[in-house]
Amino acid sequence: MSELRGVGIGLGVAQGPVARMAEPLPAPEDVASTRTPEEELARVREAVAAVARELEDRGSKAGGLAREVLEAQAMMAEDPTLDQEVSTRVNAGKTGEFAVHDAFATFRDMLAAMGGYLGERAADLDDVAQRVIARLRGLPAPGIPDPGHPFVLVAKDLAPADTALLDLDKVLALVTTDGGPTSHTAILAREKSIVAIVGAAAAKDLADGETVIVDAAKGVVTTDPTAEDLAQAQHRADARAAAASAPITPGALADGTAVPLLANLGKPGGAAEAVELGAEGVGLFRTEFLFLSATQAPTVEEQTKSYTELLQAFPGKKVVVRALDAGADKPLAFLNDAHEENPALGLRGLRALRASEDILREQLTALAQADAATDADLWVMAPMVSTVEETEYFVALAKDYGIKTAGVMVEVPSSALLADKVLAIADFASIGTNDLTQYTLAADRLLGSVSSFQDPWHPAVLQLIKATGDGGRANGKPVGICGEAAADPLLAVVLVGLGAGTLSMAPTALADVRATLLQYSREDAERIAEAALAASDAASARAAAQEAAGTPAA
Amino acid sequence: MTAVSRTVRIGSSHGLHARPAKLFAQAAKDAGIDVTVAKEPGAPVNAASILGVISLGAEKGDYVTLTADGDRAEGVLDALAELLTTDHDE
Repeated sequence: MSELRGVGIGLGVAQGPVARMAEPLPAPEDVASTRTPEEELARVREAVAAVARELEDRGSKAGGLAREVLEAQAMMAEDPTLDQEVSTRVNAGKTGEFAVHDAFATFRDMLAAMGGYLGERAADLDDVAQRVIARLRGLPAPGIPDPGHPFVLVAKDLAPADTALLDLDKVLALVTTDGGPTSHTAILAREKSIVAIVGAAAAKDLADGETVIVDAAKGVVTTDPTAEDLAQAQHRADARAAAASAPITPGALADGTAVPLLANLGKPGGAAEAVELGAEGVGLFRTEFLFLSATQAPTVEEQTKSYTELLQAFPGKKVVVRALDAGADKPLAFLNDAHEENPALGLRGLRALRASEDILREQLTALAQADAATDADLWVMAPMVSTVEETEYFVALAKDYGIKTAGVMVEVPSSALLADKVLAIADFASIGTNDLTQYTLAADRLLGSVSSFQDPWHPAVLQLIKATGDGGRANGKPVGICGEAAADPLLAVVLVGLGAGTLSMAPTALADVRATLLQYSREDAERIAEAALAASDAASARAAAQEAAGTPAA
Repeated sequence: MTAVSRTVRIGSSHGLHARPAKLFAQAAKDAGIDVTVAKEPGAPVNAASILGVISLGAEKGDYVTLTADGDRAEGVLDALAELLTTDHDE
């Protein structure tokens, strides 16, 4: 038996036979073609068309965002400029395979040299080239394997195109050699509750068919497991499955301290699933969906209808609604259409709402009306508040409209550092860990090249969360978390230790977080948080917390 | 035949790549006449080529020049110009 290490996503454990994603094909050799240029070109065009149709087909099955990406890839395959480049090469006596490889490589290098977003499109183009060459050679296309039985998928990293059609019933676990806790694979694993370990570099040596144990709680892949190892892993998996189907209890620590577990929702329609999974309310309701597809702000009536639908699903429970958060990653033309060099630092969040105050006033009107018509406990918060003055502005305006509980999101370090003053005014604070991490580490969360900075375990981020928790305690005001961080079970314990009273997350993460919280007392949580705070970087904070926590029993 | 040109400013928040590039190249292809698009000081590329269009690296606010020949050039360029100035990422 030996062990490979990576970063575990979630707490699950699974076992099964390895199936690897097909390795990239070796580059075709530059040898003279034995066919005529016409024959070569006909072969290439047939292959290109077949690949394009297959990509379109996968796109229409996947739908949504994946469809856009796959259709763009299909267009790349049949690109007229590329076809010209391929023709030039086969006319010079090259094989179809080499012509495709070489012509695609020209574009790929150009895109890669442009860096950033365009650099990332180079990978899309590589994928298309591989598919065309595989087709020309009569080989299986690289991508998700289909061994005909459930498997542990081992890959370098998963691209959106790979995951779009991943048959989750067949995938026992995911192991990647590249990618970190914010990679596409990790996000997918969290969203779908798949056992996963990312960044396990040594997994490149795993062979098809060999049985492994994937232990996400420890971040370890065990190879050549003994019968006893397998039985133990099975026992833990069964216990966890039983826990997941166990009666849902309100979120609490081992000593009974209540930690209400809430859901992050983006549409009223998600409410039923959240309630089923045990959400005790909503910790973050994003209102952007009402605005994103519109060229004009929706009317008060339209908004009231949506908010009422949401609030009706949570009678007697807390529902925290965030005022429209536009800008940066979700620009809205009618709020701010100015070109900004640094949109994340620009006119966004509450700043943008203030500049178009009628939109904020209409939203508050609609929320107050929906509140009056329902029995939920409505809280409303402003996004991206960075000063005490902004807090005063928002809270006063919300109260004018009859909103009973008005608070702020803490996403900017300035608000965390002045939390005692912010929370003297606001009724509550909710920490948005994704943006707080982006602003603390000065790393654009949408930029792949700096994604390694986007880790909420960073002690600088944890210190700001503690400062916010302290500000809440000093004023007797609640502080909650609504960010990806709350869905990481061990980090959730740390967040409670730092002063968070409620945790809000994607509903699928609730079961794991609930089970983990039940293993630690408040004293434990504070001790584990202290250990993480004392570290000097994200990885050592995570390791210190794991050590302070001991290995969880299940 | 004389070539017709239009110089327009990119309206999409994320520039002329991803979805806007796909929509634009598709529309240029569907137009059925040869159209080129150029971003100074680069050379013109085939507007129906998604790779050519992406490789311009045009960001929001950049100016690009569309050129086409023939009777239908005016109408086609008007339609394509409108596509470029619209924000598809809203």
